[in-house]
Amino acid sequence: MDINPKNQPVDRVDGRQKVTGSAKYFAEFALPRTAYCVIVGSTIARGTLDQLDTKRAAAAPGVLGVFTHLNMPAIPGWDAPVGGQADGPPPQPTAETYRILRGTKILFDGQPIAMVVADTFERATYAASLVKATYTRQTPKTDLNKHLAAAIAPSIPWMKDYSRGQAEAYKTAPVVLEADYVVPTEVHNPMEMHGILAQWTSPTSLLLYAKTQGVNATQRAMAQAFKLDPRNVKVHTEFMGGGFGMGLRTWPQETAVVAIARQLGRPVKLVMTRSQMFQLVGYRPHTRQTIRMGADATGKLVGLVHEATAETATYEDFTEGTVNMSKFLYACPSMQTRYRLVRLDRGVPIWMRGPGEATGAFALESAMDEMAHKLHLDPLEFRLRNYSETDPEHNRPYSSKNLREAYERGAAAIGWRNRPATPGSQREGEWLVGYGMSTGTFNAMRWQATVRVVLQADGSLLVQSAVTDIGPGTGTALTIIAHNVLGVPLDRIKVQYGDTSLPPAPTQGGSAIVSTVGSAVFDTCSAVKQTLVELATRPGAPLAGHQAEELALADGQLFVEAKLATQVAVAELLRQNQLASIDKTTESKGGPEQQKYSFYSYSVHFVRVRVNPRTGVVRVTKTVSVADSGRIISPKTAASQMIGGVAGGIGMALTEEAVLDHRFGRYVNNNLADYHVAVHADVPEIETITIDKPDYLLNPMGAKGMGEIALIGFAAAVANAVFNATGRRVRELPITLDKLLAVS
Amino acid sequence: MRDESQPLPEPGQPDPSRRAFLKHSSALAALALTPPVALTAIDHSLDERLAAAFEQLPLQVRINGQAQQLSVEPRVTLLDLLREQLGLTGTKKGCDHGQCGACTVHVDGQRVNACLTLALTTEGREVTTIEGLGSEDKLHCMQEAFLRHDGFQCGYCTPGQIMSAVACVREGHADTPEQVREYMSGNICRCGAYANIVAAILDVKASGQKV
Ligand code: FES
Ligand code: FES
Repeated sequence: MDINPKNQPVDRVDGRQKVTGSAKYFAEFALPRTAYCVIVGSTIARGTLDQLDTKRAAAAPGVLGVFTHLNMPAIPGWDAPVGGQADGPPPQPTAETYRILRGTKILFDGQPIAMVVADTFERATYAASLVKATYTRQTPKTDLNKHLAAAIAPSIPWMKDYSRGQAEAYKTAPVVLEADYVVPTEVHNPMEMHGILAQWTSPTSLLLYAKTQGVNATQRAMAQAFKLDPRNVKVHTEFMGGGFGMGLRTWPQETAVVAIARQLGRPVKLVMTRSQMFQLVGYRPHTRQTIRMGADATGKLVGLVHEATAETATYEDFTEGTVNMSKFLYACPSMQTRYRLVRLDRGVPIWMRGPGEATGAFALESAMDEMAHKLHLDPLEFRLRNYSETDPEHNRPYSSKNLREAYERGAAAIGWRNRPATPGSQREGEWLVGYGMSTGTFNAMRWQATVRVVLQADGSLLVQSAVTDIGPGTGTALTIIAHNVLGVPLDRIKVQYGDTSLPPAPTQGGSAIVSTVGSAVFDTCSAVKQTLVELATRPGAPLAGHQAEELALADGQLFVEAKLATQVAVAELLRQNQLASIDKTTESKGGPEQQKYSFYSYSVHFVRVRVNPRTGVVRVTKTVSVADSGRIISPKTAASQMIGGVAGGIGMALTEEAVLDHRFGRYVNNNLADYHVAVHADVPEIETITIDKPDYLLNPMGAKGMGEIALIGFAAAVANAVFNATGRRVRELPITLDKLLAVS
Repeated sequence: MRDESQPLPEPGQPDPSRRAFLKHSSALAALALTPPVALTAIDHSLDERLAAAFEQLPLQVRINGQAQQLSVEPRVTLLDLLREQLGLTGTKKGCDHGQCGACTVHVDGQRVNACLTLALTTEGREVTTIEGLGSEDKLHCMQEAFLRHDGFQCGYCTPGQIMSAVACVREGHADTPEQVREYMSGNICRCGAYANIVAAILDVKASGQKV
């Protein structure tokens, strides 16, 4: 069935709460006697903690406890697992271990050395300033560029080297490109601060208001850490002020807060500072990539090699799908990938929107542009000549791929024909003008989820899932799905989510939630519908004699499609059968066809830039992003996800870089004034286009994912546009003006 | 202020500088009336709560139209006063350093960052927060416009954006998209709802409604 036949744009179901400030985020729940926790971080990145003077802090007004490696309460099951599977396996332990407030070894800058708890936030903050430490400092290794020789192959099978066709076939091609691309460390920086509010409601039960992308994952992690029955760990995250990946795991300081709350016998709240969010909740790892590409005179790829080397912590190997898309995006007979890690004195990274694919796409899609230029081909035409009709990596068909149409529609919308064929040849006043494009792709997935649907006798509908809505509009999409399956008016549907008391759902990430939880809503609502049809068509019932296929639901009525007058109100049907409600809970997941096809979403980004040749300033003046993400369920929130990806992409392309002073292994710009995310003035007119063709092989709504592809590739489109405008190729993000001025 | 060169008191021992401050501070008029027994109690660190009382000052301020008689520590920001003491959690903390705009409120009709405003500086003033702008049943026209244009995703920057947007229109800085972008650039939206926020603001401005 078509999941949204009228393409109804629906206002966000939680919109009123968000615009009035009544939506409650984790730190905003008032629990009596809540104590405030403030973290004191290490000021060195590597070494040992020699002395820690906590006396003044402990004696400061209102202080309830100063927790350090000397008095940290025991946490019985330390190995808190990582939450979601955004993009491959969770970080893997190494020989080194990091356990918060255990021992004196310092493994990264900002590593907590004390957690100070007081009865007010101000008192905790002041007391934390009184904690004094002395260290034996070792020279930290934090510069990826300096330690490339120490790169290792990660032990995870999923990340092993890949090869098809002839090794290094690119060398045999008449036109060869070899180039290095760099993506710096970037930080998620969601607007809401990270932290947790923890209360022990009994010696064996726990209530958590968390900032997590998956309440079930946090529940599992805490149950394991404190050896509790998971059913006794309640986690609530109905609203989350952005995640972008940093909420994909339970971080050690969250676990520590829970331990401290137990010790103190009162609720404890931690709200980290913005600068601590650079240190303690992950980041997109600094990654160097090399692309080697060979093409023949007809513009066909002969061979491609994609290598990536990324930073990780000494104590965990974090990996992501940086080189993945190169394996299947283009039809290239010979292809090799290599992925390496360098363990540095750094906190561990975590997936950041688009994750590795966004990093990888910058390299691959910049290289495609460079090769097109060498071949004197239009970059769009070059991509079309290497279009992969089937998946060359797995030798199987794609479940759906409408990328060609996406290219065409995006090119028309940006006015691609206006692109100057010769770089640096178009001007607007003193500004140089250029156009660029790129492709993005990400796995389209469907995991497992359980959903409860209750149709009440008054005709209203309740839908329940533990899933967290970090901002994409999950609740709105689920409402639209239920509405279209069961014909219950939108304003009579209530979706409850973001709490472990509801049926389990996976962690929000990997663009898989509408596909996964949406399908569970679809299936469960379909089961409710089936019950309704049975009740209505039984002998003696209002629609007796009619077949299920003849019946449809709309506006609270079950009717015969051919004869609209023949109908029965759903509420009446329940009343006649003396049912208070129809209450169904089902588990739902993908079928065996998932092995027969390759499932991907695609995006195409087109941008137009102006570059000031005198100052090197780059302004993005117009963008068009096209998504091939299956059937669009909620057009309004889907468009928002796209424009959000563009804003993130502009930041990634032009301004975002977390800078370390490698002498000390510490950040120099760990705040929002110095780490530049895109602001209003950076973001121009954005056009979004959705191809909107269903992929029923993935799920019954035909919806693929969108959150990642909205960002993946965007930075390359900007770099390509800058090249088109100036003739200058910047291979190291962000494209700041110094890089454009340096060579002139 | 503490003289950093003085030796530090041992834990559990009275802090001399604290005692000296309480005894000699002329700023605390109330102290003159403090019974000696209370000072003795402070000397022995017996009653932290009593000490706390001396660290607080009275504050009279109107918040969302309601007169409030409060008692706050001088170091408490308006943001923390709203969120932690008054339960007005619609105003958000995104940086605590005046860098993000999530905490934007109006003080005497001007938009300010509540995180950079010490609560005591609002003495005698009128503070308006998102809760004072409209309610779920009766949205302010700017809230309506944000809802209609989907000017948010996670919603965390939203109260600040809306308070800033109202001020932006009132200031006469909402005539063109460029102007709105410039005058709204102090409000970061990491979800990147900017295009929709600008559309919402221009919509309100064009409608001629009184904000
Ligand atoms: S919290 Fe005040 S500007 Fe960020
Ligand atoms: S809506 Fe999430 S930060 Fe603006």
